[in-house]
Amino acid sequence: MSPDIVIIGGGLVGSSAALHLARAGRRPLLLEAGRVGGAASGVNFGGVRIQGRALFELPLALRARAIWENLVEIVGTDCEYRRSGHLRLARTPADLAAVAAYADQVRPAGLDLEVIDGTEIRRRHPAFAPGLAGATWSAGDGQANPRLAGPAFARAARAAGAEIRDNTRVLAIEPGARGFTVVTADGQRVAAPQVILSAGAWARDLAATLGDVAPGRAIYPNMVVTEPLAPLLSCSLGTYGGGVYLRQVERGNVVFGMGRGRLAAPDRAVPLADTSIAAMAEAARLLPALAHAHVIRTWTGIEGELADDQPVIGESPGHPGLFHAFGLSGHGFQLAPAIGAVLCELATTGTTSTPIGAFSITRFAVT
Amino acid sequence: MSAPIVVGAGPAGISAALTLVEAGLRPLVIDEAARAGGQIFRRPPPGFVRPPAKLYGADAGAGVRLHKAFDALGDRIDYRPDTLVWSIEPETIHLQGPAGRDRLDRGPLLLATGATDRLLPVEGWTKPGVFSLGGSQVALKAQGCAIGRRVVFCGTGPLLYLVAYQYAKAGAKVAAVLDTSKFADSVRALPLLAADPAKLVRGVYYLAWLRAHGVPIHYGVRPVSVHGEAVTGLTWRDAGRRLNETSCDAVAMGYGLRSETQLADLAGVPFRFDAGRRQYLPETDQDGRSPAAAVYLAGDGAAVRGAAAAETAGRLAALALLADLGHRVDTAERDALRARMNRFERFARGLDVAFPFPVDLLDGAADDTLLCRCEAVTVGTMRHAVADLGAEEVNRAKAFVRPGMGRCQGRMCGLAASELYARLRGLPLDQAGRLRGQAPVKPIPMA
Repeated sequence: MSPDIVIIGGGLVGSSAALHLARAGRRPLLLEAGRVGGAASGVNFGGVRIQGRALFELPLALRARAIWENLVEIVGTDCEYRRSGHLRLARTPADLAAVAAYADQVRPAGLDLEVIDGTEIRRRHPAFAPGLAGATWSAGDGQANPRLAGPAFARAARAAGAEIRDNTRVLAIEPGARGFTVVTADGQRVAAPQVILSAGAWARDLAATLGDVAPGRAIYPNMVVTEPLAPLLSCSLGTYGGGVYLRQVERGNVVFGMGRGRLAAPDRAVPLADTSIAAMAEAARLLPALAHAHVIRTWTGIEGELADDQPVIGESPGHPGLFHAFGLSGHGFQLAPAIGAVLCELATTGTTSTPIGAFSITRFAVT
Repeated sequence: MSAPIVVGAGPAGISAALTLVEAGLRPLVIDEAARAGGQIFRRPPPGFVRPPAKLYGADAGAGVRLHKAFDALGDRIDYRPDTLVWSIEPETIHLQGPAGRDRLDRGPLLLATGATDRLLPVEGWTKPGVFSLGGSQVALKAQGCAIGRRVVFCGTGPLLYLVAYQYAKAGAKVAAVLDTSKFADSVRALPLLAADPAKLVRGVYYLAWLRAHGVPIHYGVRPVSVHGEAVTGLTWRDAGRRLNETSCDAVAMGYGLRSETQLADLAGVPFRFDAGRRQYLPETDQDGRSPAAAVYLAGDGAAVRGAAAAETAGRLAALALLADLGHRVDTAERDALRARMNRFERFARGLDVAFPFPVDLLDGAADDTLLCRCEAVTVGTMRHAVADLGAEEVNRAKAFVRPGMGRCQGRMCGLAASELYARLRGLPLDQAGRLRGQAPVKPIPMA
């Protein structure tokens, strides 16, 4: 049976879209250049966090939260999702004022944050070194295992009837009178009335060939993990203004990131030792017990970042039937399951219940 | 131009360093051990008095010669013992040593990183009292102690008989030598093993000596389980599939050696599958020159061929490095070294035939048998990753259920994971994929 929609890119976004479409009775074909969930979706930090996001992201993020909270029902496994809470650390009083102001801003949108001072941080989490000005606490945020999430959505999609071809790189999208022809590197030509472009860092160039230009670049977030340690920190954390982000997984390993790795070859990024060393120092400053730990692995991945640090989500202005969802800019893991749901709505009904106007690619149009 | 950097000070690294110094260079020599010699010629701590002949047996002459030659280099090399190279980047190599972290500008790189035991899980293999064959030999060599009073040696490879012999000579009781290969395999390998008659004779001698001293030797064995809280015995099947039990207080196990290739991976050397050695190995030409610019490999880290071959390979790779730097190299000597390497390679291929890897060993393993010690991943969990999660290759199995994700980063369990994966999928081993090396190659302290 020929597909009625082709999804280019099997990260968490594409896999979620495939799942939602298959369950909506559509016949999606997902083409993935490598392995499903194996690129940015599979090697990111694993933060499932809403606080800190722009106001216009919140409806989408809250929709995603509802999916994360019900993963077992939706994909049959919890992907190690835990509602652990998230601290957004403020190093200085000025930073604390900024995160407190943000808390006031987002409350009406349904995001409840608690402002706490440095003493309270240490009362709740004695592992922290003194000296932090404070933080905002988001009890509803959490973390999950990125290596499991994308493949779990893809497996569920396949079980629901989606067709998935991995190791299938798409070279071109050719618009025609009655839809699109998708051309792959191994010589397949697949016709379908609709196409979703969710190819992460590889999507921008494909979109540009159709006149949909989104300025951006690839980034390589540098990640570090320690050996398993005794319980140190129950929540996930990030730092206002940029800095280390960190979580301890249930097994005891402390995962953290800061800074960037580098591209070693086309499609292969590697961490940088100096970046890792700086992150290690910063993490140990924050949580002094880490000074006695060992690092067992560092890694990075390839992620698409757009000029304004926000993704493009929505229908192509020039090519009806083509839907973009890329450029998640290093904060897409939490959003991705909901983006798949939104794409399904767009493709099947032409509209979505979640406001996504701010993500339109037209924001980059030169006027 | 930065000085050449030799990583590893076993026979290959020592020989390379000597060759570079001879050519008037002052190489850096970085070694994880406190004293040069590598695993084969590992030296006991100062104050230990066991003589080289006892430590190294028939190879003592070569060991002493290499130690002396290395020690005599003095400050003609920049020697960094007790130091780990934990990452290699295009311009820089990163060290972790006694004084903490350090970094060096990268000159030509000669990797002589050696090998470790190839391990296979069997029920109870993580109990106290179970050692790798190489580990049991190191205990004897470096510490002058045995792993037990009554030891079973199990597995395959030349080390099986050598270490059993060394233990018996040192006064331990060798309860049994249990070889997973068949005697007929050795016979089949004879034409290849004839490439190194002296070594072949020595192997036969160990076997004959063990027999003459009443040590039970069994072929075609499959170990089943190690029992006891601390080890009290080993259950095994004989060639006729009958269950046997040998009581012992320690077990040494190993299935040949595996090359340590993580640094080559980080240095950007491409890998190719070596069917005989059942491992993806760094690509090199016959002299040890890799396709990556200014990266050379020598010794067991390039391909397991043993200590004498490593010494030859170290010199050959150093000569390649020198030739690439524009030094004049004696081509007659180089050709002679190449010819020797061909004989070593032929002999090594013979060992692969004589001591074949027991591919079926994991077929009957109980689900709760540990595969990856660091992450406590069982054989059953791997079966689940393949059957239920659809892991498409071994790195995906790693991503899904964590084998190779712990402290050793798959150095100990990675090959066993690949073997099990291939067996479960019914694929040739090369299609199981290979766990990629990532920095740090061994754990490094946060601060």
